[in-house]
Amino acid sequence: MATVPPSRSRDLDKLLLRPGHLVGPNFEPGPELRDDIKEYVKVLVVGAGGLGCELLKDLALSGFRNLDVIDMDRIEVTNLNRQFLFRLEDVGKPKAEVAAKRVMERVSGVNITSHFCRIEDKPLDFYSDFSIIVLGLDSIEARSYINAVACGFLEYDSGDNPREETVKPMVDGGTEGFKGHARIIVPGTTPCFECTIWLFPPQVKFPLCTLAETPRTAAHCIEYAHLIKWDEVHSGKTFDPDNPEHIQWVYYEALKRAELFGIQGVTFSLTQGVVKNIIPAIASTNAIISAACALETLKIVSGCSRTLSNYLTYNGVEGLHTKVTEFVRDRDCLVCGPGVLIELDTSITLRKFIDLLEGHPGLLLSRVSVTHRGKNLYMQAPPVLEEMTRSNLDIPLFDLMVKIPKDIVHVNGMVGKGDKKQSCLRKLRVVFKGIDGVTDVDMAGGA
Amino acid sequence: MIKLFKVKEKQRELAENANGKGHVKKQSAGELRLHKDISELNLPMTCIISFPNGKDDLMNFEITIRPDEGYYLGGAFLFSFQVSHIYPHEPPKVKCKTKVYHPNIDLEGNVCLNILREDWKPVLNINTVIYGLYHLFTEPNYEDPLNHDAAAVLRDNPKMFQSNVRKAMMGGYVGQTHFQRLSSFDHFFTAGTSVCKMYAMTY
Repeated sequence: MATVPPSRSRDLDKLLLRPGHLVGPNFEPGPELRDDIKEYVKVLVVGAGGLGCELLKDLALSGFRNLDVIDMDRIEVTNLNRQFLFRLEDVGKPKAEVAAKRVMERVSGVNITSHFCRIEDKPLDFYSDFSIIVLGLDSIEARSYINAVACGFLEYDSGDNPREETVKPMVDGGTEGFKGHARIIVPGTTPCFECTIWLFPPQVKFPLCTLAETPRTAAHCIEYAHLIKWDEVHSGKTFDPDNPEHIQWVYYEALKRAELFGIQGVTFSLTQGVVKNIIPAIASTNAIISAACALETLKIVSGCSRTLSNYLTYNGVEGLHTKVTEFVRDRDCLVCGPGVLIELDTSITLRKFIDLLEGHPGLLLSRVSVTHRGKNLYMQAPPVLEEMTRSNLDIPLFDLMVKIPKDIVHVNGMVGKGDKKQSCLRKLRVVFKGIDGVTDVDMAGGA
Repeated sequence: MIKLFKVKEKQRELAENANGKGHVKKQSAGELRLHKDISELNLPMTCIISFPNGKDDLMNFEITIRPDEGYYLGGAFLFSFQVSHIYPHEPPKVKCKTKVYHPNIDLEGNVCLNILREDWKPVLNINTVIYGLYHLFTEPNYEDPLNHDAAAVLRDNPKMFQSNVRKAMMGGYVGQTHFQRLSSFDHFFTAGTSVCKMYAMTY
């Protein structure tokens, strides 16, 4: 220990160079670990907003050297109160680029690559490159997308255990005013985003007729202008929440409406808030949640401590309350679950495959519809789709799956008998026998 | 974990070479759930579904409703459905593509149906929504107006409402608003056949 030259990050050394009794399972303390984190670990930060700025700073100061950041937004003047990497002269520039530049200026030795684009624009190989993905996002859609991508890399062995080398861990942070959460997602081990999507409260949606007839609040007036008046005036033109002119138009219409009904409180920022579903952000909440996320990232990567298990909530509305909840995986999750392993001959037709599922002891599915990579191979209903897919029934499944030796197929149908029949959707891991390059066929007997 | 990252690089290369497939985007959970909804559809004869983008795009589809009773008998009304990737966390977006004189549907095609907005729950499905839409035609409701004038007429003078609906469906003006003649209406009356026969022809 005494011979180890001290690094810039003395406090980090205390965590990474010394053994302890609260460490993670494969923790091997020492300078090699510290250096390996610098050299080999690549972290992707998704989002360069309130959380993203904090995350980049925290991760850079936690000894990570190879960071990437992706964000599709440009800096707005209202970001400046909390997105501390940005200055007034940066307004209009891409967040990812400025954030990367600022952190590199302040923390020497850190290399941050910025990506000014949508997350969907990147090929999947881009994501597979990272050791871990840290999310600082504000939407369910984006989280769901990244989760699907990361879980898409996951493969299971014949015993339904995740193959370690295919696991792509994620750390997810989120804030809403004085509340926030930090969670870790280790696909195949902890619940994935989709396993617990019910945690998100549904969005408040006002009845259209209330908007049209009996508005009572400023938000009603704004939604009227946004959802009803816009279509009436701009026939066919779609409303773009990121176009300032469109927002301005909605704001003026909402004002007129509010005046008509004697309603107070329509402001430009409320208009933005309602239309873009913006949640007020508090700098301190972002800092707390990001710190928790950065720490979990370090823990997952180094093993220097056991990780959060697995969902932390923070509430600073009145006093302060934090709690860790261990959510459980949905074994049948369509996104992260193993699915049912099925071995097939390449000659088997789709019709035979469907029959086989009916007799399969783990499935007992009747009235089966089959989909593969977005292609509907067979649909039981409605009649128009049944007719369009019927000709596939006599084609070998292997050919319909464009001769991919092993892949995921989703099926749905009915299980149970008589009154207890219920519909269900299942994930299958189809493996074709006797194809080169498939390694787990030999041991996949237990399917 | 760290050791894993070091060896991962090589393993991935090996895996990709052996498999030769790289990684392909998986279907979103929303698409899969919708696939289930669609494959279990159980529609009445009065509702027909179609997929303008073919069998592999279920996220955008259309429903034609031909009410077999009530004010709108003889009409055919087209609705477009747009389903998001986080369905069923979010309800489908539904618009009426046929200009219709209706208290709960405005002239831009916005539909006031509670389960499409404030009362949507993830346990509901596409079937429920379609039945909900069908219900709007058999029992238009003046208490949730989107077309204020139509609702007032329905409430105060159902006979006049009936005749306004006919006027609109046959093509003409109701007040200041012009409605296109519905093509479904052409053979409904000109053919001179009974309603039963007409449905036999259509389906």
